[in-house]
Amino acid sequence: MSVRTAELFMAIAMFLASLGLMWTVYSDGLAIGWVAGRGPGSGMWPFWLSLGMALASLWTLWRWYTGVTPESRNREAYIDPDTVFMVGITVVLIFLLLLLSNIIGLYFSMMLFLLAYVRGLGRHGWGVTAGVVLGMPVATYMLFEVALNKYLPRGLPVFESIFMRIDDFRYSLMY
Amino acid sequence: MDSILTLLGAGLLQSFEPLNLAMIFLGCLAGLFIGAMPGLGSVNGVAILLPVTFLVPPTSAIIFLAALYYGAMYGGAVSSITLGIPGASTAVATVFDGRPMAQSGRADQALMAAAIASFIGGTISVILFTGFAPPLALFALKFGPQEEFALMLVAFATFIGLGGDDIPKTIFSILIGLVLAAVGFDIISGQPRLIFFGMVEFQRGIEFLVLAIGIYGIGEMLWTLEHTKGAIQMHKVEFGLKRIVKNLGQVKKYLPTTLLGSVLGFFVGTLPAAGATPAALMSYGLAKSFSKDGDSFGKGNVSGVAAPEAANNAASTGSMLPMLTLGIPGSPTTAILLGGMIIWGLRPGPLLFAESPDFVWGLIGSMYVANFVTVILNIALIPIFIRVLAMPFSILAPIIFVLCVVGVFATTDRMFDTWLMLLLGCMGYLMRKLNYPVAPAVLAIVLGPLTERSLRQSLISSQGDAMTFLERPISLVCILIAVALVLFPVISNILRKRKATLKAAE
Repeated sequence: MSVRTAELFMAIAMFLASLGLMWTVYSDGLAIGWVAGRGPGSGMWPFWLSLGMALASLWTLWRWYTGVTPESRNREAYIDPDTVFMVGITVVLIFLLLLLSNIIGLYFSMMLFLLAYVRGLGRHGWGVTAGVVLGMPVATYMLFEVALNKYLPRGLPVFESIFMRIDDFRYSLMY
Repeated sequence: MDSILTLLGAGLLQSFEPLNLAMIFLGCLAGLFIGAMPGLGSVNGVAILLPVTFLVPPTSAIIFLAALYYGAMYGGAVSSITLGIPGASTAVATVFDGRPMAQSGRADQALMAAAIASFIGGTISVILFTGFAPPLALFALKFGPQEEFALMLVAFATFIGLGGDDIPKTIFSILIGLVLAAVGFDIISGQPRLIFFGMVEFQRGIEFLVLAIGIYGIGEMLWTLEHTKGAIQMHKVEFGLKRIVKNLGQVKKYLPTTLLGSVLGFFVGTLPAAGATPAALMSYGLAKSFSKDGDSFGKGNVSGVAAPEAANNAASTGSMLPMLTLGIPGSPTTAILLGGMIIWGLRPGPLLFAESPDFVWGLIGSMYVANFVTVILNIALIPIFIRVLAMPFSILAPIIFVLCVVGVFATTDRMFDTWLMLLLGCMGYLMRKLNYPVAPAVLAIVLGPLTERSLRQSLISSQGDAMTFLERPISLVCILIAVALVLFPVISNILRKRKATLKAAE
């Protein structure tokens, strides 16, 4: 897909999204004008702003049609194959990081993510990989759980129990 | 004046408290490294590390983040000079002469000039800040909701008029930020709004940090991955005590441009939407115009490094002026700082000076100290930066992605927000590739609740009469400025076309 086509699709998508927002406000029954005795309705702000978004998207479409924007004249690929691979695989890995966080917990999921990225994509040696894969979760645990008392997702009970033991060990040292 | 000096003295004492001093040190250090990393700037650092600051009291937290902001401005020059890649957009102008200097074996001179100019820029701007902030805050105490709303219009209009981006896309970006800020329960009526697909998670609204980390963490890293392909080539830098002393002796060469850049940077930085990048570019342009050997700019003139570096540091301080006094951020980084202040339970704006003088003056005092700490750290750590910059992107990138996920979860306690962050980050990346500016959306999501509240309060108090905005003098002036800013690109375009037609006719 060329940059020119991408700009067209994006403007259309944003126009439709703006209409969708207006419809959401309308279908939720929120007042978009003045409510006697109460002032501006709660739907006024999002509704009229969404209309503004729709008009701005139409303006972009007009500028695309008339070839005013540099993007509308650009016939190069919107995302070249190298980028598709690099950015695509990164997004997929982050997606898996989030997905697995609910199952095996954020710490184990983070370790798998770092392993895949540093060893798989970066092709670094095992020494560097181990340093990052083990160092990052330990630093995160120390900073967020020990210092900030912020508990990160620990996954299913079987994985959670591992962290319970780590916590017990920590508490035995601290108190 | 006496009271300002007393308050400043108290602020300086506060910044010397062990915790605050440690925060300054850590913030400057983190900022220097973050600023030096290609693709990462102050805004990314502040967005990603904001959740970490909940560990310390608000004053120490803002001191840490302000020091980070400051340090990042210094650090940006390191990668501009040694790698030829600006650490952040604010250091783009530094590449013009920094890169040729490095290529001709004068990287150390460029790095020293950048550090010293940043120090001068930072010091001058902090002095200007101390002088301007209290009277401006006092003036802003007269503001009611009408003036607040009109001022917000000025902030958004600056993005349209001076942002230099595609106008309809800028408007779209501002509006989508404002709409996203409206998701959740309405602050006045309590009715749920924009609960997409009936998902209850939206009832709590969209935290600005989710959008900020999505765009400046995930989106920015994807952008950098695309543009560098992970391959970066560094120039050799010779650095030693003798060379430092020798380079210090050359300060007089670039002192006038540095002073000019510092004052210019401060005032440009105070304008919302303008910020450090245009300040640095304008300062570079002025230095080139006023220089006796303007032709040598772009080929390795040391003034071409000093001018933008002084300006971008001065602008970072300048952008804090409207944030603290008016509650309007002067840059995307200060927009995130402003959001942080709200999370910490503070109310940015003129009342802050009266309600939380310790906070404000502690911050101002810390700026003076941070300036000294950063210049010393910067010069001392240059050899280490250069080693760290050689760190492969395939190690840095996943660490940042993990920090983004953990940072969002730690702030909101919901995995849902991490998914939203990924979605918004990818959207931000795809839209940025099509020249949709992302900074206005972040500014808008921070200012959205305040803008809506002030509009509705104004309309309720005037019984729906929109003329209320034009009947109050300060509000009227702000609205006129906003209109002028919006019309500015249109008028300058017409004038440019007319000039071109006249030229063609000749």
